[in-house]
Amino acid sequence: MHIPDGYLSPATCATMYGASAPFWYAALARMKRALHTQTTPLLAVFSALSFIVMMFNLPLPGGTTGHAVGVATAAIVLGPWGAILSISMALVIQALLFGDGGITAIGANCFNMAIAGALVAYAVYRLISGRAAIGAHRRVIAAGAAGYIAINFSALLAAIEFGLQPMLFHDAFGAPLYAPYPLRIAIPAMMIGHLTFAGLAETVLAAGVIAYLQKADPELLEATAPGAVRSGVPEVQATWRRTRPLWISLGVLLALTPIGIVAAGSAWGEWTPADFANEAARRQIARASRSVQPPAFTPHGLRQLADVWTSPMPRYSAPFLRSAAFGYLLSAMTGTGLIILAWLLFSWLQRRVRDGAGGVP
Amino acid sequence: MSRSSAGFAERSIHSLLDAVDYAAQAEKRAETAGLLQSMDARLKLAGVLLVIIAVVTSRALVPIGAVFGGAVFLAIASGIRVRAVATTVWIPALLFTGVIALPSVFLVQHGVRSAAFLVSRSITCATLSALLVFSTPWPALLKALRALHVPAIAVTILGMTYRYLFSILDVARDMLESRRSRTVGVLSGAEERRMAAAAAGVLLSRSVLLSREVHFAMLSRGFRGEAFTLENRPIFPRDWAYFTAFAASAACVLWFGR
Repeated sequence: MHIPDGYLSPATCATMYGASAPFWYAALARMKRALHTQTTPLLAVFSALSFIVMMFNLPLPGGTTGHAVGVATAAIVLGPWGAILSISMALVIQALLFGDGGITAIGANCFNMAIAGALVAYAVYRLISGRAAIGAHRRVIAAGAAGYIAINFSALLAAIEFGLQPMLFHDAFGAPLYAPYPLRIAIPAMMIGHLTFAGLAETVLAAGVIAYLQKADPELLEATAPGAVRSGVPEVQATWRRTRPLWISLGVLLALTPIGIVAAGSAWGEWTPADFANEAARRQIARASRSVQPPAFTPHGLRQLADVWTSPMPRYSAPFLRSAAFGYLLSAMTGTGLIILAWLLFSWLQRRVRDGAGGVP
Repeated sequence: MSRSSAGFAERSIHSLLDAVDYAAQAEKRAETAGLLQSMDARLKLAGVLLVIIAVVTSRALVPIGAVFGGAVFLAIASGIRVRAVATTVWIPALLFTGVIALPSVFLVQHGVRSAAFLVSRSITCATLSALLVFSTPWPALLKALRALHVPAIAVTILGMTYRYLFSILDVARDMLESRRSRTVGVLSGAEERRMAAAAAGVLLSRSVLLSREVHFAMLSRGFRGEAFTLENRPIFPRDWAYFTAFAASAACVLWFGR
């Protein structure tokens, strides 16, 4: 994805330098404010590390290999601003010293991989990891997803930059002067490789490194995990604190379920065989169906299947209850309780399977 | 064991060694006597950038070809072996860009001309960039960036990055070699992925420790967050003459390639 010189027009290169400059400035200012004298050595060492990690030839599922940029790993450990600077520095050294990526395209390469990549990786990681504990498996999944989405977003940006060239720049004969393929070719050509190999390489690196750090050096993951569940707080207590607003909302909604009685008639399509014989119900069906009259007789299939299963609480009211409102409330509580029970059972089974797989030394 | 069938450790060691070798060769060439080596780094950087921008801007193939010819002449005059440029720059650039450009011959209107633009531009620019690196020591090149108003802190970080690059490269190579020496048999794909992730994780942890040590060392030497770079040598009339030649070449390319 390192764009060489000659693939992008000077105007595009200048635009991409211009687009990158404010991010570099803001990133440097933020890093200096947060770390002061530590900024220089930290960024220098991490830029060197990013460069080396880019050279790792990662084994991918399927027997092939690939290189990763390491943008998600940097964004998770350093935060987005640190990642922007360290990956940018690594890209500058790659372009200047090793000729990997063009000098005129440094702005574009940094914007695609270091800036957009780091911001997307950080956003995806924070979104998926939420407040999960530092050692939670969810953080590994979040890191893998962050790497995959970030590298593909970077590739998409590069493809769009390539695809715009033949639309905007051609010579007197009409021949494209720079990257020759239009968007309809550039985007799929670029994305196929990144959705498969490059995306996998980034996922393998990000998820693998985060899983390793969770065991070996969890402190490195704390900077980008504000509000993560502390290991000292019991998990049940922390989970309750986190989900308390949801439980309260659920309780309020349960209490409001008797409002359903106010609604007149049946919901569209939820008719019983008896409704087709009832004149008032037939009028209501016709009104709800844009004046299309229901069949004169109960449809044969409906009549046959209606009695296959008789609910213990038909129409949200138990036969033994006189109060319709209480019947509604009881139905809501029963239904919600059954759903929660099903999820608890599912989680328990999932935990057992996972512990069984990972428990063998 | 061939590189394709080698494991993660072998492949990565090869990549790391290639990088060290390339950087060492570039440093060695930059220290030899020659036309480009004798030029002031600031004016050389500015001159080469002007020509690269002119090549990227050109709308005609002949001026790009002329610059390529000029670059080959400069390489010979500077004692940089054309064979070395061919193996490190031309062949990789031709393979990479050629694969991308070839389908355009069939898929795009005026595909041959378009492919010629892409290939000639990328190889000419890559040759000029390589000449710059092969004729300028890295510290001098970094100081020259200051002449282009790159912030001092960015130049300082780039300089330190280059220094710690080799330090971490050594750690990575030692780590992978020691791991390889303790590995018996062939590792599965999943085991290799775990090894790769652990290697990157260990390097990350060590880098954090290294950055702390470097930070304390810098503080103990009076670093207060301000970055400065030493002044370069004075610019001689000969340097201005070389720069004028670069600028004139760039102007010609822009004129004939408009």
